[in-house]
Amino acid sequence: MKHLISIEDLERADIERIVAQAERFAEISHREIKTLPTLRGRMVLNLFYESSTRTRSSFELAAKRLSADVVNFAASGSSVEKGESLKDTVLTLSAHKPDAIVLRTPWAGAADLVSGWCNAAIVNAGDGKHEHPTQALLDVYTLHQRVGSIDGSSIWIVGDVAHSRVARSNVLAFQRMGAKVTVVGPPTLIPRGIEQLGCEVRYTLDELHTADIVYALRMQNERMSEMWIPSIREYAAWYQINGRRLSPHQVLMHPGPVNRGVELSGEVVDSPQAVITAQVQAGVVVRMAVLYELLAVAREPRPVAAMAGSQLA
Amino acid sequence: MSTAEPLVGGRKTPADLLLRDVHVLDPRTGIDARHDVRVRDGTVAELAEPGSLKGAGGGEDTGEEELIDGAGRLRLLPAFFDPHVHLRTPGQEHKEDLDSGTRAAAAGGFSAVIAMPNTDPVLDSAPLLRSLRDAAARETSVPVGFLPAITRGLAGEQLSEMAELRQEGALGFTDDGKPVKSAGMLRKALQYQRLCGGVLALHEEDPTLSHGGSMHEGAVSAALGLSGIPTIAESTMVARDAALAGYEDGRVHFQHLSCAASVEAVADAKARGWRVSAEVCPHHLLLTEEDVRGMNTSMKMHPPLTTDADRLALIEGLRTGTIDCVATDHAPHARNEKEVPFEQAPMGSTGLETAFAALYTGLVLAGLLDLSLLVERMTAGAALFGLPTPTIALDSPANLTLVDLDATWIAGEHGWESRSENCCFAGRELQGRVLMTIAAGAVAHRDRKLSLVGA
Repeated sequence: MKHLISIEDLERADIERIVAQAERFAEISHREIKTLPTLRGRMVLNLFYESSTRTRSSFELAAKRLSADVVNFAASGSSVEKGESLKDTVLTLSAHKPDAIVLRTPWAGAADLVSGWCNAAIVNAGDGKHEHPTQALLDVYTLHQRVGSIDGSSIWIVGDVAHSRVARSNVLAFQRMGAKVTVVGPPTLIPRGIEQLGCEVRYTLDELHTADIVYALRMQNERMSEMWIPSIREYAAWYQINGRRLSPHQVLMHPGPVNRGVELSGEVVDSPQAVITAQVQAGVVVRMAVLYELLAVAREPRPVAAMAGSQLA
Repeated sequence: MSTAEPLVGGRKTPADLLLRDVHVLDPRTGIDARHDVRVRDGTVAELAEPGSLKGAGGGEDTGEEELIDGAGRLRLLPAFFDPHVHLRTPGQEHKEDLDSGTRAAAAGGFSAVIAMPNTDPVLDSAPLLRSLRDAAARETSVPVGFLPAITRGLAGEQLSEMAELRQEGALGFTDDGKPVKSAGMLRKALQYQRLCGGVLALHEEDPTLSHGGSMHEGAVSAALGLSGIPTIAESTMVARDAALAGYEDGRVHFQHLSCAASVEAVADAKARGWRVSAEVCPHHLLLTEEDVRGMNTSMKMHPPLTTDADRLALIEGLRTGTIDCVATDHAPHARNEKEVPFEQAPMGSTGLETAFAALYTGLVLAGLLDLSLLVERMTAGAALFGLPTPTIALDSPANLTLVDLDATWIAGEHGWESRSENCCFAGRELQGRVLMTIAAGAVAHRDRKLSLVGA
């Protein structure tokens, strides 16, 4: 693996290898000294064009646990605000020779684009509404810890699928691991054509009891002002996962941050069925495994000249 | 009521040429055979049996008359006409200018083009049109006509001074790049058309349906996480505006149709006898949403690339004549503007230099359209705007394109005449190459290899 840009690029064996590596790192995190010297002298650049607390800090911690040097670059308060283009910013920061760039942007395809502009390994930490592959990997890891294999499981992803990169990566990742995926939400928030990814589409929670795993997505307040839904109140009435709807055998997941009282009721968040905290914990070890996969395994350096202008040439 | 010459510019030196043993094809005059063709002083002076015309220097190249040997193989076609290009002048000369844009047109075999008004400032006033036409008269390789804006500043709120613009040489009007959102506004423009004439060319898009989208809405947009533009954003507006034109007995031209539903709407309007015409772009005839998967920003255009079923309906529409002509919607953008994430990139692809070869390769060689019909559709735009159609006939002004149908090339391998390189066909192998273009009697383009070919 040279980059981690999309779950689409991964085979089931790749995912299993990363999960297994994350398990080995998890053992170390129980030790008194939690760092490994694996990536000593390597540099990881966090390049974030969107605000992010948990993803950025989890990547930072993952890199530090592997003894890599970490540089954080946030777009706000930087040359980006002076109008520098993504390409120029990447070329400028590449002068420092980062070994990996962890990139979050509001634009679909940006991580793929950046991978053609520099020699660093690119980790997509969210590109617009497209993908968020490390989230999907940590979700697979979390499920692996909790229920073992998800081969043949039924997983329901509930909520604003249209605006969710988490949903797209997870539809692909869960299916790669053998699960059957159903996406559910108001019709305005289910993108036309999503069933082509292989998932089933539903508009109500009527059959929710058939799911083994329920994955709720975050509902943003602005979706109401943008008229995607009539009101948050009605959304909650139809799509909220609460104690009445969640069956005792089901596992509940959420990528965070949770809007209590909207997509999830307070009692299910705090229930033992929820693995939301475990997902956050998994974030660090899975991202360690991703950095290990990309940087510790020998990579063929690619000549920059051959890639310059590949986009439009 | 138009008083000024509608087309201005082009090279000024009248051509003197002897095209020996070229295969002449003109779908309108019905010629489809080998001929010697003499162009004297920019006019088609002789059409004769192959090998029968002697050069002015008795077979020697005296410098007075250029001699080109077609060896019975090179095709001589009426030059193409493009009713839809963006020359970006004034104000966006870093993308294209009158010189580079018309050189691109000539390189693509076009003898005239019509330029769109979404410039900076917007072409919406007579003084601006006058100065632009003055510049075009000096700086272009092929003649150019202009469509000023229907509404001032393309804002959709106030009609531009249509009558005055017509007097100054406007071929018609368009808000291209944007729809005329308000039906009431378009109706007023149609009423005003009774006074001043001029075709209203319409970019059809309901912004409440297309809002925020950057590609066709469907399986690919769902997979890529891009907001989609549904085809109904176009087809509902085509139907609305056809009905308005029918009601006012106005003359409208639908730009760059992209989907089956729009073709049906145009067919329906024509069946009712409404005065509508339509164009289609090479990229909508040859590419689909699948070509957007790599998120190459040269594949981002308005309207977006649609499905294969839409593409086939467009080809069928072009074949039957529901769609009247081909237009490139040549839309140059600077490299740095396109070298950004897909959602940030501006809409548009260049198209002048690849149009014929791409369509010859993708439609004619694929058995979907006859060469003769392709040539007809690539020249038909002129008459839609009240201009003479390029023809190969005695005593007619020479508007000719010499092509080598056997030549294969990679689009972009020779660089571009256009100032921009955002071509959706870049990197593809194409067959058919324009070797020479004569526009309004003057040689406007000559392939660098032509002397070798003709030797």
